[in-house]
Amino acid sequence: MIEFHLDGRSGVAPYLQLIHQVRHALRLGLLHEGDQLPKVKDVAAGLAINPNTVLKAYRELEYEGLVGARPGIGTFVTGTLDGGSLAAHGPLRRELQRWLAKARRAGLDDESIQALFASTFRSAIEEDIA
Amino acid sequence: MTAVIATEGLGKRYRTRWALAGCTLSIPAGHVVGLVGPNGAGKTTLLNLATGELAPTTGTIEVLGGRPAAGPAQLARVGYLAQDVPLYAGLPVADHLRLGAHLNPGWDADMARRRIERLDLDPRQKAGTLSGGQRAQLALTLATAKRPELLILDEPVASLDPLARREFLQDLMETVGERQVSVVLSSHLISDLERACDYVIVLVDSRVRVAGPVDELLATHHLLSGPRRDPASLPDQMQVVSASHTDRQSTLLVRTSGPVLDPAWAVSEVSLEDLVLAYMRQAASPAPRNDHRHLEVRK
Repeated sequence: MIEFHLDGRSGVAPYLQLIHQVRHALRLGLLHEGDQLPKVKDVAAGLAINPNTVLKAYRELEYEGLVGARPGIGTFVTGTLDGGSLAAHGPLRRELQRWLAKARRAGLDDESIQALFASTFRSAIEEDIA
Repeated sequence: MTAVIATEGLGKRYRTRWALAGCTLSIPAGHVVGLVGPNGAGKTTLLNLATGELAPTTGTIEVLGGRPAAGPAQLARVGYLAQDVPLYAGLPVADHLRLGAHLNPGWDADMARRRIERLDLDPRQKAGTLSGGQRAQLALTLATAKRPELLILDEPVASLDPLARREFLQDLMETVGERQVSVVLSSHLISDLERACDYVIVLVDSRVRVAGPVDELLATHHLLSGPRRDPASLPDQMQVVSASHTDRQSTLLVRTSGPVLDPAWAVSEVSLEDLVLAYMRQAASPAPRNDHRHLEVRK
């Protein structure tokens, strides 16, 4: 079972934050097929948010085919997001760590590293689209 | 579905002062409605009209399809928690529950007892010696144990410290999740209600400034910034909620159902708090009421 949290200052709508957290947990393998999501009532009580907000997030996830509702029981994970790539995370992470070490040696500070990654990421996406 | 509260030209006058005027609303069932506005805006008046404690000077109001406080059946359908948390100071917690059971035919004694246990309230303790948070929780227990279809709460968290405030709202949201109850709660602070409400009504100077589902309001309001420009030159379907200008730049909060196409504007989303504050700040300017005049002129 995962536990939700809300960032009040992020400006991201609460239902979207819940969706992101489920997707994130799926991607990192914290949630597996068959796992139950927290009950709507419990999320509402825990975060002091409107139960409709939780329902909306769960419905959206259902629409994406990631979860399914079993009436009277709860909402369960029915899909995965790792695309079978979870096994590849380890080696990729190690490569990234090596790259980070290289960037540091070249004198880049944290902000420059993030900016470089973000701009490379963006241009790669643009090339994909083009 | 019947509206939980439907009003038509509703108004209430005390001697010469209108506490509420020209209020036309239709609040659908199944929402947690935040009634927001500065102190003295008319929130309590509207809620008292809904509970039948006040009679309208003009217009009509229906609650759950019936006349407010029309009879025992109507009274049983509405739970009301007044601003001053009405409890009997000299009466122990347990006697409050007994009284509730005695006065309300649909009383859920089980639920009331469980809640009191979970809140860790001593049934023998007198209500007058409870903390502010405990008093609010006890009053909420009494209001929900009668199993109402509509729960009306007047400034329920205003006098609570932040922790008690959060606990009260957690409890309220759990109740909403457990049973099909619609809620209308008032506050002069939107930040109290931002997480809890999915419908909002902004009341200022005895008038409704804006009302609607939060999602819809957020989707139709945008913050525009760009080169200085006269708001009057904007497309007709854009309603300007607030505008500020420097000598070069204009920043506008607009309401529009369509997309903003003009590339001169940088468009950003607004938070519920900013949106509500913008409507509150429109002090005496009659901008939203202009609509009618606009329409008349165009006819």
